[in-house]
Amino acid sequence: MSLLVENQPTTSRGAVSVRGVEKHYGNVQVLHGIDLDVAPGEVLVILGPSGSGKSTLLRTINHLEKVDKGTIAIDDELIGYRARHGKLHELRQAEVLAQRTEVGMVFQNFNLFGHLTVLQNIIEAPVHARKIPRAQAMARARELLERVGLADKEAAYPRQLSGGQQQRVAIARALALEPKVVLFDEPTSALDPELVTEVLDVIRSLAESGTTLIIVTHEIGFARDVADRILFVDAGRVIEDGTPEQVLASPRHERTKAFLSKVIEPAFHI
Amino acid sequence: MTLTTVDAAAQKQVPGNTGTGQASERDYSDYKVVPARHPWRWLGTVVVAGLAASVLYSLLTNPRWEWDVVAQWFTAESILRGLGQTLKLTLISGSLGFLLGFVLALMRLSSSPLFSSVSWTFSWIFRSTPLLVQLLLWYNLGYLYETIRLGVPFTSITFAELQTTTLISQFAAAVLGLTLNQAAYSAEIIRGGILSVDQGQIEAAEALGIPRWRRSTRIVLPQAMRAILPTAFNEIIGLVKGTSIVYVLAYSELFYTVQVIYNRTQQVLPMLLVATIWYIVITSVLSIAQYYIERHYSRGALRTLPPTPLQKLRRFISTHAVKGPANEPAR
Repeated sequence: MSLLVENQPTTSRGAVSVRGVEKHYGNVQVLHGIDLDVAPGEVLVILGPSGSGKSTLLRTINHLEKVDKGTIAIDDELIGYRARHGKLHELRQAEVLAQRTEVGMVFQNFNLFGHLTVLQNIIEAPVHARKIPRAQAMARARELLERVGLADKEAAYPRQLSGGQQQRVAIARALALEPKVVLFDEPTSALDPELVTEVLDVIRSLAESGTTLIIVTHEIGFARDVADRILFVDAGRVIEDGTPEQVLASPRHERTKAFLSKVIEPAFHI
Repeated sequence: MTLTTVDAAAQKQVPGNTGTGQASERDYSDYKVVPARHPWRWLGTVVVAGLAASVLYSLLTNPRWEWDVVAQWFTAESILRGLGQTLKLTLISGSLGFLLGFVLALMRLSSSPLFSSVSWTFSWIFRSTPLLVQLLLWYNLGYLYETIRLGVPFTSITFAELQTTTLISQFAAAVLGLTLNQAAYSAEIIRGGILSVDQGQIEAAEALGIPRWRRSTRIVLPQAMRAILPTAFNEIIGLVKGTSIVYVLAYSELFYTVQVIYNRTQQVLPMLLVATIWYIVITSVLSIAQYYIERHYSRGALRTLPPTPLQKLRRFISTHAVKGPANEPAR
């Protein structure tokens, strides 16, 4: 498959920095002071058991979750706040929405708009959030559909597609905004096993294109294959951070070893 | 093998399966499918048809229904004028009511405590006072406040001043009362519909940075419509007949007109029939509209849309026309 995003500017774009992020749900603390730097174009895979806070961490990056403490910045622009006179001022909703157009997000359950066709799903944000002319947005959408192998499906409604096809449309929709960073929240967890590969192939070709990708997944084989770097998150803390070889082959923590021994077997079948 | 009667035709064994003693493998490919029979359904149909016929017979033959009077008044000019007023009131207060209801529903669901409490209070007030009282209050506003003044509160600065009685006519009082009351109820219906939309849809719209108003009108509302429409049509059909309550303002809509006529002619039942038939006509048209509007909003929710009654009828005719007599025995 060809590169998903061509003509990517060579200037580095999509650097993410997370500083001391904490998050509580009621009395439960789900993130304990996360510090993280993602380089432009880096492909970061976050692994961890259910409830470890990895999805929450991902969702703080586009401000779908507000943090209780700490800051997140993309290319030195604070997410959700404006620093002025030694204070952090919360942004108004319209400003938060404008920031989100810089960050694409792909959900576990696709979350395609069921009452809109595939093409309408993809052009909705470019036309109405970015004010790109409709014709231009449609041309770009068709290009993206071709690249995810669904050129013939532009008039279909999401429920007429298989899970794998829906997720590929969702990826095209996220890319239509030409985001600096794309977040994947367990993109293959809701798919039948035989449909996982087609989605992973699309993400793999995107990984080669120089867009920063942050992927939460349980597909260890895919992580080894595509990641520049793997984080292992447990109980709201980053306990491993390194190359796939380091984290998967010689993890430092018992917790990581225990987790990998449970999930690594099925991953070989992919 | 169990005690089953074995059909001679089914004794034919599948090739390659001979001599195994397995009699269960049979070839049914020559068999005709006989549709299931529904004798009780037929009997029920006869009973229902009999009942319907007797009701119809009594309606048509009992002279006290005075069908000639019904026919004489049915399209009388005064009746049609009243009907027009009923439709006008329904249309105006129905659409304004639902529009305001939509805004109230969004306010109620917004994160702003100001908006949500204002919306809650509005619904609370208008749902807890009788519509009759609301209408009479609006109509008698002139008694409470002789003039309405547009200016800065607590000062004597005035931009405009009007007599309340010239501002609030019977029509204005009727529209105000019906609209505000309708808005309070439709706000809850629309809020219920919005809550039925999957949270993931809203999250996806937020993640894509789609502006809030666009998100509400383009992403959430069309999907909420499937839950809203059945109840909303209940409300509108209720409103068509509910407009008759404005007779307290002596507003000459359909029902008031009918009352005026039968008070003069004493032909109470036939005049009530005239009004009833018109209400049935309006409701029927609305029910058909409801079917097609609901179908429109189920696009994408169903893999394929079911055929409309017209399409079903056409299919029925085309399949039955070529087959000839239905009870021709099968060869």
